[in-house]
Amino acid sequence: MIDRLTEARGFDNFDLRYVGLILAILGLGVLSIHSVTHDQQGGIAPYYLKQLIWIGLGAAAFLVMWVWDYHSLARLAYPAYALVLLMLLFVLFEGRASKGAQRWIALGPFTFQPSEFAKLVLILVLAHYYSKAPRVGWLQRVIMPGLLMLPGLLLILKQPDLGSGLSFVAVYAAMLLMVGVRSQALGVMLLFSVMLFPFAWEGVWGSLHDYQRQRIMAFVDPDYDPGGKGYHALQSKIAIGSGELTGKGLFGGTQSQLKFLPEGHTDFVFAVFAEEWGFLGVLVLLALFVALIWLSLEIASKAKDQLGALLAVGIVSMLCFCVVVNIGMTAGMFPIVGIPLPLVSYGGSATIMTMASLGLLLNVKRRRLSLFY
Amino acid sequence: MAAGNYAETEFGDFHRRLMILRVGLLLVVALLGLRLWHLQVREGPYYRDLSENNRTRQVLLEPARGLIYDRHGVLLANNVPSFSLYVTLEEVKDRELLIGQLSELLGLDPALIRKKLTAKGGKLLPRKVKDRMTLRDAVLIESHRLELPGVMVQVESQRNYPGGVIAAHLLGYVGEVSAEQLEKPEFSGLHQGSVVGQYGVEKSFDRHVRGQAGQKHVEVDAHGNEKQEVVVEQPQAGNDLYLTIDVRLQKVAEDLLGLEYGAIVALDPTNGDILAMASRPGFDPNVLSRELTPKQWVEIVQDEGRPLNNRASQGQYPPGSTFKVPMAVAALETKTMAPSSTVSCNGGYQFGNRLYHDWKASGHGAVALHEALVHSCDVYFYTVGQRMGIDTMAEYGKEFGLGQSTGVELPSERTGIMPSTAWKEKAKNAPWLPGETISAAIGQGYVTVTPLQMASLIGTVANNGVNYRPRLVRAVMDRTIGNLQELPAVPRGKVKAKPETFRLVKEALAEVVTKGTATRAKSSLVTIGGKTGTAQVAALRTGPEENIPKKFRDHAWFVAFAPVESPTIAVAVLAEHMGHGGAAAAPLAKELIETYIKLTSPAVTADDSTAKPARRAPEPL
Repeated sequence: MIDRLTEARGFDNFDLRYVGLILAILGLGVLSIHSVTHDQQGGIAPYYLKQLIWIGLGAAAFLVMWVWDYHSLARLAYPAYALVLLMLLFVLFEGRASKGAQRWIALGPFTFQPSEFAKLVLILVLAHYYSKAPRVGWLQRVIMPGLLMLPGLLLILKQPDLGSGLSFVAVYAAMLLMVGVRSQALGVMLLFSVMLFPFAWEGVWGSLHDYQRQRIMAFVDPDYDPGGKGYHALQSKIAIGSGELTGKGLFGGTQSQLKFLPEGHTDFVFAVFAEEWGFLGVLVLLALFVALIWLSLEIASKAKDQLGALLAVGIVSMLCFCVVVNIGMTAGMFPIVGIPLPLVSYGGSATIMTMASLGLLLNVKRRRLSLFY
Repeated sequence: MAAGNYAETEFGDFHRRLMILRVGLLLVVALLGLRLWHLQVREGPYYRDLSENNRTRQVLLEPARGLIYDRHGVLLANNVPSFSLYVTLEEVKDRELLIGQLSELLGLDPALIRKKLTAKGGKLLPRKVKDRMTLRDAVLIESHRLELPGVMVQVESQRNYPGGVIAAHLLGYVGEVSAEQLEKPEFSGLHQGSVVGQYGVEKSFDRHVRGQAGQKHVEVDAHGNEKQEVVVEQPQAGNDLYLTIDVRLQKVAEDLLGLEYGAIVALDPTNGDILAMASRPGFDPNVLSRELTPKQWVEIVQDEGRPLNNRASQGQYPPGSTFKVPMAVAALETKTMAPSSTVSCNGGYQFGNRLYHDWKASGHGAVALHEALVHSCDVYFYTVGQRMGIDTMAEYGKEFGLGQSTGVELPSERTGIMPSTAWKEKAKNAPWLPGETISAAIGQGYVTVTPLQMASLIGTVANNGVNYRPRLVRAVMDRTIGNLQELPAVPRGKVKAKPETFRLVKEALAEVVTKGTATRAKSSLVTIGGKTGTAQVAALRTGPEENIPKKFRDHAWFVAFAPVESPTIAVAVLAEHMGHGGAAAAPLAKELIETYIKLTSPAVTADDSTAKPARRAPEPL
């Protein structure tokens, strides 16, 4: 009886504002993808159509995650993490090489990116870990979850996928902040990082692939450009800047239409959007994202238990990180690290996983009312 | 921290911490917004320009240079299509690689390409690296276009001189504007690779002939594929020039000199029109208008014969006895000599302790002005010079335009020297010596003139003192409005002398040809008046002419006009190291004058179809 009531209440709280925001952002994304790719071959179907299919699959994932009690979901965290590690290992050895990075598992005509799946699993693992029992002392609060995360992080960095790796660290840091770390412990950790940095730098720099180093160098000095390293960053800035206040109109972005801007439908879709819709369009898109994140934080703050709150924080910080870093890199504020813009960039794995996590977030909201029963 | 109240404190803290996240989020989004505002609004126009430049490639459309015709509309300079190679630096990824590729494909000197690519100029504006490419090279480049980003082949017009060497000095040649020229105001609006006149009429009338470059914008994608073309500005062809020369006469003049060095100038004394101006040795302006390698250039510049020198306007020679013409006018005008006063010539003139020889060792006996001119008696003119003084001579020389530029529209005209006491003071910082007056009186010593000056001088005499500025262009066809603008003759003033003086001098000059020193110029077709001259090159001569090395032999002069009754042509012939004027130069003048008379007489033109004007252009004059 109680259960059925809860279910009914849950449907009442299928937040239309929340879903509306998600659909609006997805819609703008599809428009921009269509604009860049309308005159090129996208394989079996046009890109915008394929993206719509991903969105459909994403919507299914969204509903599943919304309905599935997150408590039982969290219990699957460790097995799922093991699966992710296996998939990452598989990618490392067997994965299909794409642009020098091995990130894909081929599934028939499609490819699946385990690192996107890993992001959601990591959030589950960390939330599950912190909510399970009281974690006291910096060893249990900082070091243990850090070690837990480390194998996944290393495998992703090995791919190499710097962007996903960084988002791991970001989620970990946000979770740490939320569960509260004593300033002493944080201080010790920071001190260690700073002290170890010079030693770590060689290892980090040395482990980077050439194109990664070049991207970082190009960020440091975009005008120094013997081999076109800064080309991508510069073209992206030109695309955004030339949109000016009102933009060049849909299909009017010369930077993307004439292919000066590479990857206009994936990682650099924001530049395409900014070129065609101008600063006013950018403000609208930013406002949509801020509203979505605001609602998500609202959900986190009203979660009925620690697990729900931590899940919500993990998801929202992942979303935040991806939006900020993606826009920041297309606008030339950060190095180019290869993070798609959530809900906007073309891509099956990322779209489906982002929508699944947002479903999980709504799940947290839905469950919060069960407190009263 | 007790384990029991962990959850409670943790949850209470949680909301505070969430606040930090919210504030942090807003701050970061505000930062992003600011950055985007900076990019799109503040620097928007800058990036808009960059994106325009990205997609549009500016291509300069070189204007066609104006055509050059002779006085009857015979084409002397036109344009033919040719392939030029351009490089847009903005699109070049690896400059050194490109230099290597181009030098390999076209067989060019890598250093030369590098120089072109590093020359001052914008990165967005295509710069010309090679012109007059062969069709084979153009096709070769086109077929490698995908490997050569930023390289394009453009068809444009190339200057062409159908007559080859004919009138080369006068027409001049064209070449790329140099870095130094670009700094000057008269070349403003041009850019590296622009073609401008570098010599001759091409240079002096460059502003008319040059035209104005146009521009087109080609929209390209990131791979350099052209999407569409927009012509922003059509190039404007330069104006056409109608020269004063008659190319048939010009050809005859050049053939008369043949392989000898020298110059022939023929002009119409009644308006200053230069009818022919030949200078030998010559050059092919088609070759010089191409890009020369430094080695080729050195070869031309160091050629002993100095083929680039226009001997007609830039060669300075002692006038020799031709100088006796202005001397005769001065003698009569200053009343130094009456027409009937005689001087006794015994073959030499004693001045101080030096004996000045007459060319005829046996002497001419008692001669008055008429005989002195007819037989070119040196002693008579020594006497005149001695009596008149150098400054009076200089005054009359200047009346006839000696020592000053004629104002002809050719670059680097030389003025020659008409010495005077003041001149020597200034130039040599020494006083004038009386003996120098004696040499100057027969056109030796410091006196030097150009053939053009002498043609103008004899023309002025023929025209009874009325002088026109020699000119080369008689009309300009304005291409934009289709208007043929005739240029008026430019009077240069009148020599202050009585008509009687000119009559006496011309009478004597006519007799020079009929029974004097220039009988070899005597024509059955037309009456000719003239004066021979022999310009001494080496002071001391021993033995017969044939034994002297050619470079020490005298220059032969002959200045003439015809018909004597009403002159329509004045001629100056200078043949370097050809000895006596009467023998070497006079026959050439005769040939030229006869040709001109034939060409202009109606009876002859009637059965000479080529003489009909305007073969190519609409009847201009």
